[in-house]
Amino acid sequence: MALMAGTIHVVEYNALVFRRIWRGSIAVSFFTPLFFLAAMGIGLGSLVNRSSGGVNGVPYLDFLAPGLIAAACMQTGAVEATYPILAKIMWDKTYEAVLATPVTIADLLRGEVVWNTIRMCIVATMFWVVMFLFGVGHSLEALLAIPASILTGLAFATPIMAFTATRRNDSGFAAINRFIIIPLYLLGGTFFPIAKLPLALQAVAWATPLAHGVALTRGVVLGNLTSTEAVMHVLVPLAYFVAGLLIARALLLKRLAK
Amino acid sequence: MGDSNSLILARQLTKRFGDLTAVDGIDFEVAKGEAFGFLGPNGAGKTSTMRMIGGVSPVTSGLLTIFGLDPAQHGPTIRARLGVVPQADTLDLELTVRENLIIYSRYFDLSWREGARRADELLEFVQLQERAKDKVDELSGGMKRRLTIARALINSPELLLLDEPTTGLDPQARHLVWDRLYRLKQRGVTLVLTTHYMDEAEQLCDRLVVMDKARIAAEGSPRELIDKFSTREVLELRFPIDEQPPLDGKLNDIAERIEVLPDRVLLYTGDGDEAIAAVHRRGLRPETALVRRSTLEDVFLRLTGRSLVD
Repeated sequence: MALMAGTIHVVEYNALVFRRIWRGSIAVSFFTPLFFLAAMGIGLGSLVNRSSGGVNGVPYLDFLAPGLIAAACMQTGAVEATYPILAKIMWDKTYEAVLATPVTIADLLRGEVVWNTIRMCIVATMFWVVMFLFGVGHSLEALLAIPASILTGLAFATPIMAFTATRRNDSGFAAINRFIIIPLYLLGGTFFPIAKLPLALQAVAWATPLAHGVALTRGVVLGNLTSTEAVMHVLVPLAYFVAGLLIARALLLKRLAK
Repeated sequence: MGDSNSLILARQLTKRFGDLTAVDGIDFEVAKGEAFGFLGPNGAGKTSTMRMIGGVSPVTSGLLTIFGLDPAQHGPTIRARLGVVPQADTLDLELTVRENLIIYSRYFDLSWREGARRADELLEFVQLQERAKDKVDELSGGMKRRLTIARALINSPELLLLDEPTTGLDPQARHLVWDRLYRLKQRGVTLVLTTHYMDEAEQLCDRLVVMDKARIAAEGSPRELIDKFSTREVLELRFPIDEQPPLDGKLNDIAERIEVLPDRVLLYTGDGDEAIAAVHRRGLRPETALVRRSTLEDVFLRLTGRSLVD
């Protein structure tokens, strides 16, 4: 089989299933950012702007919107790497059927990562459109917010897939959400600058891919990123993604080829 | 080494999971066009053997080739020519009956058009054409099994692996599955199946191995095995509950061999009617006395001292 054929077929399967729910899913991807930017960006933002003249020299909406895109991709990437994957491993045993064909475990993993990327791309694009409608990011470089936020999500997707490959039930997923995703969402630089955190927590925040993903996405939208910053904010999430991919591959092999 | 007609060749094939030896150095060969069975109770190592043949489970030690190829090296090539019906249904509950077949055809790199054509053809073959647009969830157990078989045929495999194809089905559904498998055999598809039903093995298999405790206990055609390990007829005696008399010695020279089970006594003999008469002459009054032909169940009992289905 051609190198990428197996990967493509795994993506096709996901697309076929998604076809039943795509309208609802896209509507959610549009209305969620709409409400968020209206409430937090304009509502809360007017208070922030009045009391301190915005954040880091820009109105609060401009500061918040790009960070939210990166955070939304983190959430999508994380969720897509948990329940749907475990279902295919052990509840519905879909992978057992797929692995009886020429498709390999490496194909499966690549296909799921590509599909997760497509899901994040839908979320990020809808979010970007809403942000554009709110008058933020009216530049060509601002479009880079879409790949930047997808990179952020991928940095969570593959390590969490590796975790999923070791699970016998779904109880660990709630813990991931409670102890990693939600704290990062609230404290990881999306709603206020990391510099406002206590020093120790700043170090923790910068060790996670979200802080870098948010900084990268915000930087390309506001057009105020130095190239050194850009490289660092790309490399950290990329390292998480690659390490997660390698570990997920090893653990899936151990789980599925016994 | 086996001759070049062997589709599957195993020598000292072994599978271990940690300390557990699931398959313990077994030898067998399957020829092209044959229907070959692994008969044995649960836990005998049948499924582990099938998973190794299917190229999804790595061999621990020994030799295994399928189509003359090593599954460790050529997994995808082997799997492209195989059809697999797993023990538990792995159908996609999110998709319709027809979509299940079409998406599966894609994993074999068939075009959408060709996949759709084969899906319709196979739905007819397994008599599910009227359910094409239904969700899989709505199908009965027998229909799901037939759909799983149709799915395994989507790549026109030369070799079909069936792990307990009719376990859990009612008699009517089983006969329908057997009928379809028989037709496939007539078309020249090689069948390899596991079962713990002796009637299934007798119906479908040209040749089989009896597996017990990770090893092969005997090999041959159903007829050969019965001739070799059992008698022509069996007399089954049932005594009233709690009244099975002490038999010590009383039946001894009536039959070639006697098995005393918790609920009945089996007398292995060439002439069942003569044996009944002898039993009565010795003053024993069984509640029922039934003469039947020997089956693979008797072979299994003889070889292992246990029944197949506990």
